[in-house]
Amino acid sequence: MELSSKHHEYWRKNLVITAVLLFIWFVFTFVEAWYARELNAITFFGWPLAFWFSAQGSLAIYVAIIGVYAYLMGKLDREYGVDEGDLE
Amino acid sequence: MSTAAFSHSAFNRQLKKYYSFYTGGFIAFLLALALAEQMGMSRTWIGYWFLFATIALYAGIGIMSRTAEVAEYYVAGRRVPAFFNGMATGADWMSAASFIGMAGTLFLTGYDGLAWVMGWTGGYCLVALFLAPYLRKFGQFTIPDFLAERYGGNIVRTIGIISAITCSFVYVVAQIYGVGLITSRFTGLEFGVGVFVGLAGILVCSMLGGMKAVTWTQVAQYIILIIAYLTPVVWLGTKHTGIPVPQFAYGYTLQKVGDLEKKITADPKEQEVRKIFADRAAAGRAALAAPDKAYAEGKARVEQNLASLKAANAPAEKVAEAEKAVAAYPGSVSAARAQWTRETGLAARAAPPRPHAEAFVGKDEAARNTARLNFIGIVFCMMFGTAALPHILMRYYTTPSVQQARVSVFWSLFFIFLLYFTAPCLAVLAKYDMYSNLVGSSFASLPVWAAAWAKVDPGLLNITDINRDGIVQWAEVVIGGDLIVLATPEIAGLPYVVSGLVAAGGLAAALSTADGLLLTIANALSHDLYYKMLDPHASTTRRVTISKVLLVVVAIIAAYVTSLKPGDILFLVGAAFSLAASAFFPPLVLGVFWKRANKWGAIVGMVVGLGVCAYYMYTRYPFFGVNMPLWFGLSPVSAGMFGLPIGLLTIIIVSYLTAPPSKEVQELVEHVRYPNLTGDTVVSEAR
Repeated sequence: MELSSKHHEYWRKNLVITAVLLFIWFVFTFVEAWYARELNAITFFGWPLAFWFSAQGSLAIYVAIIGVYAYLMGKLDREYGVDEGDLE
Repeated sequence: MSTAAFSHSAFNRQLKKYYSFYTGGFIAFLLALALAEQMGMSRTWIGYWFLFATIALYAGIGIMSRTAEVAEYYVAGRRVPAFFNGMATGADWMSAASFIGMAGTLFLTGYDGLAWVMGWTGGYCLVALFLAPYLRKFGQFTIPDFLAERYGGNIVRTIGIISAITCSFVYVVAQIYGVGLITSRFTGLEFGVGVFVGLAGILVCSMLGGMKAVTWTQVAQYIILIIAYLTPVVWLGTKHTGIPVPQFAYGYTLQKVGDLEKKITADPKEQEVRKIFADRAAAGRAALAAPDKAYAEGKARVEQNLASLKAANAPAEKVAEAEKAVAAYPGSVSAARAQWTRETGLAARAAPPRPHAEAFVGKDEAARNTARLNFIGIVFCMMFGTAALPHILMRYYTTPSVQQARVSVFWSLFFIFLLYFTAPCLAVLAKYDMYSNLVGSSFASLPVWAAAWAKVDPGLLNITDINRDGIVQWAEVVIGGDLIVLATPEIAGLPYVVSGLVAAGGLAAALSTADGLLLTIANALSHDLYYKMLDPHASTTRRVTISKVLLVVVAIIAAYVTSLKPGDILFLVGAAFSLAASAFFPPLVLGVFWKRANKWGAIVGMVVGLGVCAYYMYTRYPFFGVNMPLWFGLSPVSAGMFGLPIGLLTIIIVSYLTAPPSKEVQELVEHVRYPNLTGDTVVSEAR
């Protein structure tokens, strides 16, 4: 079948959401790890900052990234009429 | 649609009710055992109760969910709600290594060990953004299914089957090993018997009900393992931080650990012990340089010592001691050489404690930069490996819809997060407790838990009075990583029933992962190899029967390999991740996001990715004896850091050099990109 321009727009928006979230993931994983020694000079509620990120901050951000993705994509599906209806 | 919606939400409510009752029942079981312990039940019996009650429970769920229907057997009927699929994935994911080994690794390596924590959680972002929703829309049964449909032909499917079986098999051996270890430790059964008791539990469950039974058992196992992990940590944390959620407060404990490290480094008694180790290592090195001379001199020295003591009429016990030294002296130069080599190894114990919070410990800037690169290598390989392990990806075929698959990844990581953000906390609390209570205590009155563990298992805890001052110095303590989780209940001063609970949790973690892996292997063989390639006309009953038979065969082979006790299991687990990342990640992701990727690109790319990864491991890992110099100092566990990008690039180049994929394949790609496409002609969902 031929996809309508609306379909193409849906896919483009999907790619934008994916790219932005992937960028956040990259920053809190690899950039954080690369500068761990510098970040550790800062103290955060007793933790050296890089230790805190690697032990729980980045992990919580990962959970949030996936939550935001599921929420935004669910909304996008409905907006563009490609959702699956009320399947709980 | 409305009846479907109704049945789905009714099903969800029913599940919530069942599992709430189940959790309540389990807590009641714990309290009953705690009461029985107070009334004098022996430790062995508590161990047996946990072992047999939990295995009977898992088998019971398996019997209740028995099925012979294809869709039920392979994908649990595609009606597992996101929340419960998340729990099941959590149990499927967290293995014996996560449950027992993780906190110990963090205890021993501090910040640098956090690479595993980040790698094994952040990978779910990739699963969510790149794979889960698209695989769910595609809606077949296995990962090779997707590769074969997307790229066409049996060659791709075959490479997929081989890769899936290789990494799953390596991983399952590590799990069964964990099962044997836990059962033998806590019940006194023999290792081999333990393996088969655990295996029986796995088989009853997955054989009768396939994915359906495994799913509902894994939910039950998740509940047990998380209760088991959190209970002792909360107790110990409340003792040291004053609040029952120590995960949010152990920053200050970490600071105190840092202060104690400085104290231990500067303490003269500690320095004395470290100097003894350094001297012994130096003496060993010197002896190895001139072995014959050192052997003769050493022998003369002990003999002379004995002779002079006898001549001086020394007390009897001194003479006996000197006689023992003469008898214990190595009988040959080669035996002495082995002893000297062991002595040189003591150099490691001559070092002051590793600063727990410091990132990338090394002697100079170059060593620290290599440590940083290896940290990033492990994070990279574990993340992309997570997003390519078939037994995890398979779970996202079981949700009722694409949106539920997305939400389900969220719940998966949430439930995994609960354990993974607790492990670093436990490592810090245990270290603080040992630095402040074990160090400085006298050998005559060690803390109760330390005395008990040092007696039972010197491999996990060994304390020797090196400088003979009767006081414990940190340099005199050797700790095996697994001790941390296993001994925490006793360190926190909890009754033995909690130790039994921790063992049951470790068992649940190992069994649930083994379940998922065995099912993946059996499905690759029965569905992909037998049904799709050998006999496409097989009846559904025949397919399910073949799958069940294969499951038993694979389980027995895995148990046999485990009983041979293959070496370095942690390396094998890491290797499985690197291999999976190199073989599966590029073709899966490009398959969805790049229409131009074609059959030959995928074939060559998978072979090259897998090949580069295997080559680097083979030529660099000491086990194989080739030992070529490392590239950039990157350890062979992170071989995927080379395999994945090269594989990805190969797919792109080869795809451009060959013809674009057919119109049908392009339509399949469009089909998986939209959760619901009106006028769509592709019907892929298998029933």
